[in-house]
Amino acid sequence: MMEATIQFTVNGQRRSVTTDPARPLVEVLREDLQLTGTKVGCGEGQCGSCTVLLNGRTALACQTPVAQADRQTVLTIEGLAAGATLHPIQEAFLAQGALQCGYCTPGMIMGVAGALLDKPQPTAAELRAHLEGHLCRCCGYPRILDALERVAELTRRITP
Amino acid sequence: MTTEPRTGGHSTPDPTADALVLPDCGISRRSFVQWLGAGLLISVGAGPALAQRSGGRGGGGARSVSARVHLGQDGRITVLSGKVEMGQGARAELSQAAAEELRLAVGQVTMILADTSVVPDDGTTAGSRTTPATVPAVRQACAAARQLLVELACRRFGVQPGEVVVRDGQIAHAASQRTATYADLAQAGETAKAFERAIPAEIELTPVQAWRVLGTSVPRPNGRDLVMGTHAFPSDVRRPGMLYGKVLRPPSYGARLSSVDLAVAQALPGVVAVRDGEFAGVAAPTSLRAREALAALATTARWEELPQPSSSEIYDYLRQRAQGGVPANPFTAELAAAQQVLRQTYRVPYVQHAPLEPRAAVAEWEGDRLTVWTGTQSPFGYHRELARAFQLSEDNVRVMVPDFGSGFGGKHSGEAAIEAARLARAAGRPVSLTWTRAEEFTWAYFRPAAAIDIEATLDATGRLTSWYFLNLNSGGAAVDTPYRAGAARSRFIASNSPLRQGSYRTLAATANNFARESFMDELALAAGVDPLDFRLAHLEHPRLRAVLEAAAQRFGWRERVTARQPSLGVGLACGTEKGSYVAACAEVTIDSVTQQIAVRRVCEVFECGAILNPANLRAQVQSCIVMGLGPALREEMRFAHGKMLNASFAQYRVPRFSDLPELDLHLLARPDLPAAGGGETPIIAIAPAIANAVAHATGTRVRQMPIRLPEAPTA
Ligand code: FES
Ligand code: FES
Repeated sequence: MMEATIQFTVNGQRRSVTTDPARPLVEVLREDLQLTGTKVGCGEGQCGSCTVLLNGRTALACQTPVAQADRQTVLTIEGLAAGATLHPIQEAFLAQGALQCGYCTPGMIMGVAGALLDKPQPTAAELRAHLEGHLCRCCGYPRILDALERVAELTRRITP
Repeated sequence: MTTEPRTGGHSTPDPTADALVLPDCGISRRSFVQWLGAGLLISVGAGPALAQRSGGRGGGGARSVSARVHLGQDGRITVLSGKVEMGQGARAELSQAAAEELRLAVGQVTMILADTSVVPDDGTTAGSRTTPATVPAVRQACAAARQLLVELACRRFGVQPGEVVVRDGQIAHAASQRTATYADLAQAGETAKAFERAIPAEIELTPVQAWRVLGTSVPRPNGRDLVMGTHAFPSDVRRPGMLYGKVLRPPSYGARLSSVDLAVAQALPGVVAVRDGEFAGVAAPTSLRAREALAALATTARWEELPQPSSSEIYDYLRQRAQGGVPANPFTAELAAAQQVLRQTYRVPYVQHAPLEPRAAVAEWEGDRLTVWTGTQSPFGYHRELARAFQLSEDNVRVMVPDFGSGFGGKHSGEAAIEAARLARAAGRPVSLTWTRAEEFTWAYFRPAAAIDIEATLDATGRLTSWYFLNLNSGGAAVDTPYRAGAARSRFIASNSPLRQGSYRTLAATANNFARESFMDELALAAGVDPLDFRLAHLEHPRLRAVLEAAAQRFGWRERVTARQPSLGVGLACGTEKGSYVAACAEVTIDSVTQQIAVRRVCEVFECGAILNPANLRAQVQSCIVMGLGPALREEMRFAHGKMLNASFAQYRVPRFSDLPELDLHLLARPDLPAAGGGETPIIAIAPAIANAVAHATGTRVRQMPIRLPEAPTA
């Protein structure tokens, strides 16, 4: 197995990893960079737990070879809050109790983050459409929808 | 009375509660005691926590106050429980129980769950037992602690306990204007001694009318860590020098490993390969390397496969193996005298829990001492199992259960921990092992398949004169009918399951209720009576009647059942299990081309006595309804000759956002009754309500789960 040096920006920090370029990005994040906030619910592209932002667009980190992140920018759940201040999406999930076990939560939140970068003032229905690929096995979908309502409402208050 | 959830504000998360189960703490019991204080005064009881075990089903684990409650010199309260948090809300509920009795705010209580070296054994987290058994146990211990503190304060003040008021961790004597905080009292040597006392069996708990913390919607105490991605789930635990493990799985059920060559795998850099009897596995510096090593191992493995059945023949297979045979209906007189005799068989397939976090464990050896971090519903059961498996004394095993990614009854076992421990011992380094989704679908235990036979007789007035119900293979939960019948017998008959089977949210109550409530509609049709009236005519239990009538009323049952629309149907069902009561009405539509069933609306009424945390209960009920849609409409494990055919989320479709029906959900509060758990029973009414609605829409009775019309393609 040939190794390669991958240089990328993760949560605003420049990182360099010398590794097999075929490794899924999620494993490099979790195993080499100790960023375990990104979860693996299936490893087969079917659950959305591993969602991160790659150059500002949602990507399934279990389906993304780390080579694809070379010289790119990655944002994970750990990079979303500003220090101790939660991002409004995180606030919304917390305030609406939109988590049970919380294992799907980072992926859901990053999915919403990607949706907002796509369209800054989406409706709750548009956000929900973005999350169709995300599974919550606790089936906490009603509360997650409440959180999406809140996010959509917050974005409407922002005048661009 | 219907309660609306009161959503509380954010609680300040308490990092300390989790710090304990976080990987880099690496603390022993001794250092735990040191860690607790910045002035821990009251240490863990006289002996190690192990000695405190009584293996209680939910509450009997702690005998002395100090085994359950710690008071730090700063007055900080730490409460210990052997329960686990997997999304069902135990952490909030137990914190509320403690705060209530200690007269504190929830944020002032630190809750430590499921670290077997420090907490008492509260049994398995299952069977909705946390609410009726562990919450009272925690309340008792905390009420006892408060009483002790009150006694000590009163001795100082020279007054009687009746003359003081306890509030916010402070005991006040108004007349003399004297106060003592818990922190003040913690300084006194006699306090530590007092906490060694046994928890009195009889102790007055705060009456429901006086609750300030219980009965409110306290959010998940560590919710902030979850939305930030900083909580370490079992699969997130990282230890220095840790390797990633993989286990060699058989090609089919029952296959035996005849030979395997470790050399090729071992030749890969950094890889350790192990064989120990039927067990073979690898550990490597990365998961990818471990997968490569496993693939290398697999190419050399030789297996002896055995004939195994397929899902297509499973019901015959189970029937043939019914233990003691299938007994005949004994109600011969009723059968002879009946106006009508109905007999049907219902079928429920094997399904998987598919918790989003698969089984995961990290194991670490220090000489003969084994520490594991894992997601299991049975921390002490697993503690004992590990001790047995590795022939260790129980004191040399420590199981820590970080809040994990759901279980639904599927994580009573902890095979990942044994596997990780075997690999870690061979590697001489900590090993993290997380099952893949395919492993979880294939090798985790299943909810059992069931064939259910029901035979019943009606007299000329449409009354049930006899009821005979047999559940083959899946279990006896809620097997007895709540309805009145002239003669009734309901039985569970074990069979010989070809797949590993075990518990699942509310056990066999789902299968038994599916069959019973479907059959009640068939009987109502035969009797020419509305399904609601037919049930009410045979139902005495006031609590079950109450939820049924409330659901029917809120749904507008009587108007809707008569207003027929093409391709639209309504159905209802009810049931009781684990001391709680549920009724659901469902509205379905049938696609005229594909014959696919869509559930458009569900109205469910649930009652489980007093409500400890309305928002959490509501979330649990919602979760049960939506989760229940899966096996009702789509989920089934298909297998051929011992091989799973749909072991992935792509082929085994669980509920998604788009499956969410309109939910109309009502919690009936009965503050006059003891609280029962609510995380399971709400699932049992959904499948039969849908089957009944489908029959109402189409005239076709589907007697199996998943409910599919004969013409519809397989999901
Ligand atoms: S883990 Fe990547 S989609 Fe499920
Ligand atoms: S909260 Fe458990 S999977 Fe979504």
